[in-house]
Amino acid sequence: MSKKLINAIADMKEKEAVSIVEEMVKNGSSPMAILDAVREAMDIVGRRYEKGIYFLPELILAGEMMKKINGIIKPEMEAAAPKGGRGKILMGTIKGDIHNIGKDIVTFMLEAHGFEVLDLGVDVPFEKFTEAIRDFKPNVVGLSGFLTLAFDAMKETITAIKNAGLRDNVKIMIGGGQIDEKVKTYTAADAFGKDAMAAVTLAKNWIGG
Amino acid sequence: METKQMTSEEKQDMMFNRLLSPKDPQGNDLAFKSPEAKNNYTASIKRIWDAIRLKKPDRVPVTIFPSMFPINHAKMTVEEAMYDYGKCVSAFRQYTLEFRPDVQWGAAAPGPGTFFEKLDYKLYKWPGHGVDPTHSYQCVEGEYMNEDEYDALITDPSFYFRNFYLPRVFGALQGFTMLPPFTGILEMYGLAFSFIPFGLPPVQNTYNKLFEAGAEALKWAGAMGGFDAEMTSEGIPNILGGFTKAPFDTIGDTLRGTKGIMLDMYRRPEKLIAAMEALTPIMINMGIASAQQTGNPLIFIPLHKGADGFLSDQQFRKFYWPTLQKVILGLIDGGCVPFPAAEGAYNTRLEIIKDLPKGKTMWMFDQTDMAKAKKIVGDNICLFGNVSSAMLELGDPDEVKEYAKRLIDTAGKDGGFVMANGAFFDRAKPENIKTLIEFTKEYGV
Repeated sequence: MSKKLINAIADMKEKEAVSIVEEMVKNGSSPMAILDAVREAMDIVGRRYEKGIYFLPELILAGEMMKKINGIIKPEMEAAAPKGGRGKILMGTIKGDIHNIGKDIVTFMLEAHGFEVLDLGVDVPFEKFTEAIRDFKPNVVGLSGFLTLAFDAMKETITAIKNAGLRDNVKIMIGGGQIDEKVKTYTAADAFGKDAMAAVTLAKNWIGG
Repeated sequence: METKQMTSEEKQDMMFNRLLSPKDPQGNDLAFKSPEAKNNYTASIKRIWDAIRLKKPDRVPVTIFPSMFPINHAKMTVEEAMYDYGKCVSAFRQYTLEFRPDVQWGAAAPGPGTFFEKLDYKLYKWPGHGVDPTHSYQCVEGEYMNEDEYDALITDPSFYFRNFYLPRVFGALQGFTMLPPFTGILEMYGLAFSFIPFGLPPVQNTYNKLFEAGAEALKWAGAMGGFDAEMTSEGIPNILGGFTKAPFDTIGDTLRGTKGIMLDMYRRPEKLIAAMEALTPIMINMGIASAQQTGNPLIFIPLHKGADGFLSDQQFRKFYWPTLQKVILGLIDGGCVPFPAAEGAYNTRLEIIKDLPKGKTMWMFDQTDMAKAKKIVGDNICLFGNVSSAMLELGDPDEVKEYAKRLIDTAGKDGGFVMANGAFFDRAKPENIKTLIEFTKEYGV
């Protein structure tokens, strides 16, 4: 059953995946077994994305399938899944920028790969990042920004983190439409990523696992 | 000559020839500031027209297609420029005359703030209205068309836009939800029924708001037209005729949203394709009508969701390209020069987009490999852009010069290239802009 579920998700068969989960729940499969299958499927999706077989539509559909499946098995398992096995990541679109799509996709991919992600949303003030670093204690901070105004806002956010004495506690990755190596240097981030899987790879390398 | 009997080639020639003898608002020949200004004006148009036709121009044309850079450069806030049209024009005047690009693109980028307010526009947040006064406006991504509304859109796109989409994105246009289809207005018997909604207060309120917004738009357009005429007299033409969109982006940007359209590719692909086909003639007419209105041939087509990394090759070929190609061909047929702007990178799309008539389009490239583009599509389309926003803001003049040199040597070899930025930008080091323009004028001969 879980093999069938893995294939259905990985091959983007949404209806089939949902009906398999419903059947598994009815037959008494443990929510953990279902979640493991989902995670394995997401690994396949991520690899196909890295190989250039899958693109944004598949990442978005995979995210929707994961959401639907979580909705079905939620009553079976309140917090049964150990969250953030791989580490904690703080995400947000920087101050002055209200774009969410890129950040949402990165957030979902990180979650699908076992990271616990706290998403601060869009247009996030500097102090909200520093507060969240203190409270949530992430290993990695991901800053997203679509517009060129992001260059300064990212730099200022990272400076604020440094001034709060928190810079050494976290690795910082940045990403977005106009972000490149030059912007990474300018903002004093640790790395930049071109896409959602780059964020997963960076986080894995930094945190391990 | 009757335009209907003209070939697309003749229509394009006619548009460019008309540009060569600009008129003032009264229809008289526009007075140039000096004979030199007139010469510059004519030379600039011929230069870019040659580049588009893939002939070798006297030198590589150079321009900057900025977003809010002129506003920031003038030490103004974007909010000020949106609410004071005179200030907006003065910022663009300062920038255009200081840097003297071959062609300019008008002062319309900031747009009229009061007009957006009068309509209670909800699709964007703008400076002072949800974003910082110094920043550019930003789209509020969402599903403004529901997933079950495809049939309504396909059956009658104009009715759908008026009665469903517009009232969702403009608070002031709620009255439109009550309007009847105009296609029901046919004969005398029962005719008055169709007009009842116009007697109702919500509809009348909406029309009053429209009249006010229209008056504001006219005031703004007057300032914009005045700026273009002034720059023409200075010898710097504006050849931008208007804009249209790829049907995939029309649906993906502001109707269904990014997430919505990408799910629809899996959940209801036939409906999505039918809707894009229904929108195709509308997108073509939108471009042709604005070119006729402005008298300028270039129709800008910002391309968003077909870039490398967004869709697979197969998805691009199935969902994105067929209707975009039809829009481009339709515009060419109408005498326009389609000016698609491929945001992000388009390296994997080059083999597909080369299937276009020779010398009829100009493509703005952002992060595409220009040497590769020259090789694959250079025999068919004019290349434009590629100087990165990051370099213009964070780089130095030496870097800009080196990059520009490489572009001229590769993309600019034997013509068919216009030096410019690759994506819209709000900030840059003025010395980088200056270097880009002056170096191209000097080296690009």
